[in-house]
Amino acid sequence: MLGRGEIAIVGAAESTRIGVVPDMSQIMLHADAALNAMADAGLRPKDIDGVACVGPMMPQQIAHYLGITPKWVDGTGVGGCSFMLHVRHAAAAIHAGYCNTVLITHGESGKSRINATPRPPEPESLNGQFEAPFGPFGPPTLFPIPVLRFMKKYGVTHEDLATVAVVQREWAGRNPRAMFREPITVDDVLNSRMIAYPFRILECCLVTDGGGALILTKSDRAKDFPTKPVYILGTGESVESNMVSQMEDFTSSRAFRVAGPTAIEAAGIDRKDVDHLMIYDAFAHLPLYGLEDLGFVGRGEAAAFIREGHTRPGGKLPLNTNGGGLSYTHTGMYGMFALQESVRQMRGTAPAQVPGAKISVCHGVGGMFSASGTIVFSNERP
Amino acid sequence: MLAPGRAKPKPTPETKHFWDGCKEGKLLLQRCGDTGRAYFPPRPFSPYTGTRNVSVFEASGRATLHSYVIHHRPVPGFTPPYAIAVVELEEGPRLMTNIVDCEQTPEALQLDMRLEVAFTPMDEEITLPLFRPAKEAK
Repeated sequence: MLGRGEIAIVGAAESTRIGVVPDMSQIMLHADAALNAMADAGLRPKDIDGVACVGPMMPQQIAHYLGITPKWVDGTGVGGCSFMLHVRHAAAAIHAGYCNTVLITHGESGKSRINATPRPPEPESLNGQFEAPFGPFGPPTLFPIPVLRFMKKYGVTHEDLATVAVVQREWAGRNPRAMFREPITVDDVLNSRMIAYPFRILECCLVTDGGGALILTKSDRAKDFPTKPVYILGTGESVESNMVSQMEDFTSSRAFRVAGPTAIEAAGIDRKDVDHLMIYDAFAHLPLYGLEDLGFVGRGEAAAFIREGHTRPGGKLPLNTNGGGLSYTHTGMYGMFALQESVRQMRGTAPAQVPGAKISVCHGVGGMFSASGTIVFSNERP
Repeated sequence: MLAPGRAKPKPTPETKHFWDGCKEGKLLLQRCGDTGRAYFPPRPFSPYTGTRNVSVFEASGRATLHSYVIHHRPVPGFTPPYAIAVVELEEGPRLMTNIVDCEQTPEALQLDMRLEVAFTPMDEEITLPLFRPAKEAK
């Protein structure tokens, strides 16, 4: 059994620039972040013996491009939370002795679309037969499909959803790398351009270029690295359906309910011990689902919890402290950036640092509630 | 006939009966032989128990509006704003569809409103199961 804190993050970095990076192709965004993470850890490609990345980029492309000869690879691709699953799988692989030092990379030319891979649903796939004919056009038309049901069940208002975006902009204002930093009000959100009712543009994630990379190894080796190790206390993963129309319950994600509690229980922590929380926010409703499905609040309580300021700077549960997918960056698969922010918070180097934070929970979602991965980090080894 | 431009489904051996049914004006679901529960999308085994003992039956075509978005940007085959809806069939399963004969506004599209299937041809090969407000509910 993998021990609490047995594996640590010893290298972490984003691409040198994020946002609009028209001078790098998708694979170079992976490589740029990987080189930065290796520099962060004081490692070179020959020191890496495990590689994970998410399709359409295959591990062999990244390994060859960077000059790595891996003994273990993982190409799990379940959408934007794939990196949480890579962390989980890498920890298990290192524990099993399959490899010693794993590099996980992400790069996506989501904005500039340089060598980006198109993702049309195949007309013979279940999505192609039973969703595509009815006019969905990308995540803004699919991810929010359940939210009106959530709003009706719990009496959540348009103002409540707008407040999610307002609070995250408040965090982004403290982060020089965030794409959008100007403060916004609930009225600004509710007067912004309608994309797919009930969501307006300020409730939808950004579309950017960028990358990120993580390096994991055994915690026993972690003292040999120049940075403060960030220990992995617990992990969880699950999938549901990649057809949002077939989600079991439109007011709760089954994948969240499996991945989150699995990670928290494995970590052996109480929810009240959590100092810092990341919940992948492709759209404004996701933090509400995440807070409830991970058990940080009761059913139907998430909107009030955010409205009352508990997730704001100075609140008792700082949430999405980089500004999130709504204001920081969102390449298409944002999970890597949520992980990077958890690592920064645990190292004490985040631009909007939560003072004294010792435990961070990082929760990811994969396309349209189809998948989920959760990692519990700490800067103290149990 | 629907305006051209929509993504056209391509039936597989496992789904052909469903699309053939739509062409004949029948909404065909499948039922698990172990539990008696209906399921969707089509497959020749039960997602509840894994049994291959399943049967095809004709659903009532009655449904309620479970959730939706109203898309405001142009998409081939659609005139914005248009709703992309998920309806809950009387037999239990949910499916994605569009709501026709109804204004595409939050005021007109009330959750839990009663609907009925409205088979609408895309072309000679494919007919889509769209939904409209139920007659008795108008």
